[in-house]
Amino acid sequence: MKNKYSIFSLIKNAFSYHENWQKAWNDPQPKKEYDAVIVGGGGHGLATAYYLAKKHNMKNIAVVEKGWIGGGNTGRNTTIIRSNYLWDASAGLYDHALKIWEGLSQELNYNVMFSQRGVMNLAHNLQDVRDLKRRTHANRLNGIDAVYLSTEEVKNFCPIINTSPDIRYPVLGGTLQRRAGTARHDAVAWGYARGADEMGVDIIQNCEVKGIKRNGDNVEGIETTKGFIKTKKVGVVAAGHSSVIANMAGLRLPLESKPLQALVSEPVKPIIDTVVMSNAVHAYVSQSDKGELVIGAGTDDYVSYSQKGSHQIVEGTLNAILELYPIFSRMRMLRQWGGIVDICPDASPILSKTSVKGLYFNCGWGTGGFKATPGSGDLFAHTIANDEPHKLNAAFNLNRFVSGDLVDEHGAAAVAH
Amino acid sequence: MFLINCPYCGERDQSEFIAGGEAHIERPKQPTELSDDEWAEYLFMRKNIKGIQFERWNHAHGCRKWFNMIRDTSNDEIKLIYKMGEKPPKG
Repeated sequence: MKNKYSIFSLIKNAFSYHENWQKAWNDPQPKKEYDAVIVGGGGHGLATAYYLAKKHNMKNIAVVEKGWIGGGNTGRNTTIIRSNYLWDASAGLYDHALKIWEGLSQELNYNVMFSQRGVMNLAHNLQDVRDLKRRTHANRLNGIDAVYLSTEEVKNFCPIINTSPDIRYPVLGGTLQRRAGTARHDAVAWGYARGADEMGVDIIQNCEVKGIKRNGDNVEGIETTKGFIKTKKVGVVAAGHSSVIANMAGLRLPLESKPLQALVSEPVKPIIDTVVMSNAVHAYVSQSDKGELVIGAGTDDYVSYSQKGSHQIVEGTLNAILELYPIFSRMRMLRQWGGIVDICPDASPILSKTSVKGLYFNCGWGTGGFKATPGSGDLFAHTIANDEPHKLNAAFNLNRFVSGDLVDEHGAAAVAH
Repeated sequence: MFLINCPYCGERDQSEFIAGGEAHIERPKQPTELSDDEWAEYLFMRKNIKGIQFERWNHAHGCRKWFNMIRDTSNDEIKLIYKMGEKPPKG
């Protein structure tokens, strides 16, 4: 039984100089057989395991991770959470996640530092204005809070934005989702890992999957660097490496893996208390609790697994940011990194069964998966446990690329896809 | 970020080029005969290889010509560049 984190446990541990805190999760060796194995120990994978154990009573399960938990895209994103997507299917999916975020710290007894500071999307040309107004209406019809802001209202909400009409990317308006915001991305992985571990889930790190064993159309188990693990159900949540795992099972996915970059500045005093995104110029910015500006850039257009991106992508983003926020002109950037994102042709995720019985894929989140972490885990757990999708992820099946029933969020989702 | 040796212009910065995705995907010869599964395979399914991948690139801010490239996607190292229409080397 895990100790509950509280003000009392904090005081109690202060007397022993914080040296006797209980381990948040164990480091077990894999058993010979599990009821289900999740491949990928990022936020989505750990959340899937957590909900499998909690809501579907599957306790004999494992999460295998080739590196350390939360060391992939979970620790590389810009932590933005919102649900203002255009289409009904996406709105349902992402708002389901947002509703779980709102109570997640209490549920996990782990502070994920969810901060509903609002997300503002800027319009820089007439088409942006039309698209954002349309999306605002669509959001409100789906019960998602959204307001359209004039240029003056944008300026009032975030005074450091340059709203002069004669700049290259003039601000013609914007949208605001007040329930949106940010969370501490590492804490999400750690909180879910602690919760899953407490219910008996084995979290096995430094364990890379090398093969998927099939018997005809059924899954029999996985080959890993720590030996063969027998299981009838495999849920793959491997983000940028989804195609690599699919290939092991003899499947092809409609994905391309590309580098997406982000960077942070030196820490400064609070200057921006919301998240501002601009899809026309591929730049978004927020400020972390440590004071760093967290800046997201766009993807490169070529396939790469190198976790590096091109310099001109960052340069383009910073050009736009400097024009929108002249106050940042003398800021220095501290760190820059890349993550590998798996992008679907329709820029929507896949949470689906496959043609192989017992093999499930949760992938294709592309440039915006972090926000969906709790909802993705919940719905994917439902799909694995029942061998049927939940109604909220039914539209995100793999067969949509055959039927043509795409969820085309490219450019429609107010994000720099 | 890397340099690309355009077969028509010589070595240039990668920022002058656009990536055109997987190479040697053949357009169906008889599109009217294709099943939905075959269309999906042609339109959407990609190898997305970690390792040696065959790709098309375009020198968009140069000669604007298309060519083929063999590249290791795990470290962005370019192995070979050959012209459009040429057959990929075996092995």
